[in-house]
Amino acid sequence: MGEHEPILVEGLVKVYGKTRAVDGLDLVVAKGSVVAVLGPNGAGKTTLIRILATLAKPTGGRAMVAGYDVASHPAQVRRNIGIAGQSESIDEYLTGRQNLVMVGELSRLPRSEAKLRAATLLGRFELNDAADRPTKTYSGGMRRKLDLAASMITQPEVLFLDEPTTGLDPRARMGMWQLIRELGDAGTTILLTTQYLDEADQLAHNIAVVDSGKVIAWGSPDQLKTQVGGAVLEVTLPATADTEVAAALLRGAISKSVTVDQRRHKLTLPTTEETGLVTKVIRALDAGDIPVDDVTVRRPALDDVFMTLTGHGAETDKEAAA
Amino acid sequence: MSLAPAAQLQHTPGERGLSRILWFLRDVLVLTRRSLIHVIRDPAQLADVTIQPIMFVVLFTFVFGSAIRLPGGGNYHEYVVAGIFGITMAGAAPGVAVGLANDIQSGIIDRFRSLPMSRGAVLAGRLTADLMTAVLGLIVVVAVGVAVGWRVHTNPQDVLAGFALALLFNYAMSWAGAAAGLWLHNPESAQAMAFVVFFPMIFVSNAFVALQNMPIWLRVVAEWNPVSTVTASCRELFGNPNPSAAVQVWPLQHPELATIICALALLAVFVPISIRLYRREDLT
Repeated sequence: MGEHEPILVEGLVKVYGKTRAVDGLDLVVAKGSVVAVLGPNGAGKTTLIRILATLAKPTGGRAMVAGYDVASHPAQVRRNIGIAGQSESIDEYLTGRQNLVMVGELSRLPRSEAKLRAATLLGRFELNDAADRPTKTYSGGMRRKLDLAASMITQPEVLFLDEPTTGLDPRARMGMWQLIRELGDAGTTILLTTQYLDEADQLAHNIAVVDSGKVIAWGSPDQLKTQVGGAVLEVTLPATADTEVAAALLRGAISKSVTVDQRRHKLTLPTTEETGLVTKVIRALDAGDIPVDDVTVRRPALDDVFMTLTGHGAETDKEAAA
Repeated sequence: MSLAPAAQLQHTPGERGLSRILWFLRDVLVLTRRSLIHVIRDPAQLADVTIQPIMFVVLFTFVFGSAIRLPGGGNYHEYVVAGIFGITMAGAAPGVAVGLANDIQSGIIDRFRSLPMSRGAVLAGRLTADLMTAVLGLIVVVAVGVAVGWRVHTNPQDVLAGFALALLFNYAMSWAGAAAGLWLHNPESAQAMAFVVFFPMIFVSNAFVALQNMPIWLRVVAEWNPVSTVTASCRELFGNPNPSAAVQVWPLQHPELATIICALALLAVFVPISIRLYRREDLT
């Protein structure tokens, strides 16, 4: 097997009826990297994953996974991938262990090895206590973990995760993040989709922002944030303080561009290269006898990135095509 | 253990012939085991091969039986048991339809389709498990039948031939059910459709009453109903009263052959349809 990119997508198109769910999408994912495909509902994220996992056929363009064309060599692709979807693909009547052994055997592992892998994964994903209960009794977080474990049974080279934390409670979400990070650190190439901006920021080396079936921006989380602008300093005053007086004080002492949020008693000013900004702000306010509740440096969120790139927020809910 | 990806799985280009068949059989075995675990976890799924035939036998021998006179005489208890065979075998179809529709809704079919497994194994596994439950149904009907006074009066080969015909019919009906489940992919619709097709099919037949007393238009339907031919075959092969033998239409004059032809026709139609529906990309 020669060198190949784990995922290579060129001009990919998928048409459902009149909808162009994927519309000329290009994407290259390097070996061992974690890439987040970020976009609102209906942007084509799930369709992209389904095509890459051989569950849907492309209408046009080309997609290579693990060195094989998904359209002409689906069987070879299937041997090298794992997929965990946003609706868990697990059998409710089977126990967690039986689910994993079944998927292992259907992935052509010998039964003994499938059992061994299942036991290891159940331990690793902290599902040991529930391993021999039917999955009907599992919580949402447990089901999601089991689904991820099933997709890891053959230790695939490429892993697709379609909205891995959608619908999970915050605790389960943290646990899922931890698992995904560890899989990524261990060298698995991971392509995940998400509509959560912080999730992409937390997990991915690179982010592909998609909208209407196309990649509209590509880069590391930091690069994308830089596109939008630098960090800002936020100063929160007590409710009793006069924000206008404080703003005037700061405009005189530090920077002209201070913005005021009266309702939330907040002042915002851009950070600059010079050091000691926070100290200067506090000294200036202190000298004016204005008390300070909180000072934070806020980097722009990916929400801001999305707003800048598309002109609409990431939450815009266009009807999903698939 | 490490979570690191394994070296790429062995590349087996152009796998064909024997090894392909062996992988297929292994996948079918794994999925048959899955379906049997379902039955163990949820024994209610077995109702249509256990409780239902017992109910029918009791209902028709002790409740309606005394009011039913067979044309040309004969013991109604001996008559009705083969009818229960016929309807129990036909009853496989709704179960398969609902089961497959459930699989599609649960998302497990997506998992199967993303695995490097044989494509036909999902259907074959379910139908193999279903054939096994049909054998259980056969045993249940024999047991209750014997309890209410049903006896066979022929040699063992004929009796086994009767069972084999019943199972062949069951298998063909299962494929029809599979096609319905894959087409509707919604358990509730599958259930509703089963009711609409299945109920007339079992009652407009010779399973419970002789055809001679039906109005002519209904009688024609019943004469060509495969439930009638499989029932008539069993009656003939078990040596039970079979008034249908007096009906001068081809399927009832040659019930065994008619059953075999009907089963093969069902398979010829519904196996390719089911496979095509299963491969359809927008199935899930």
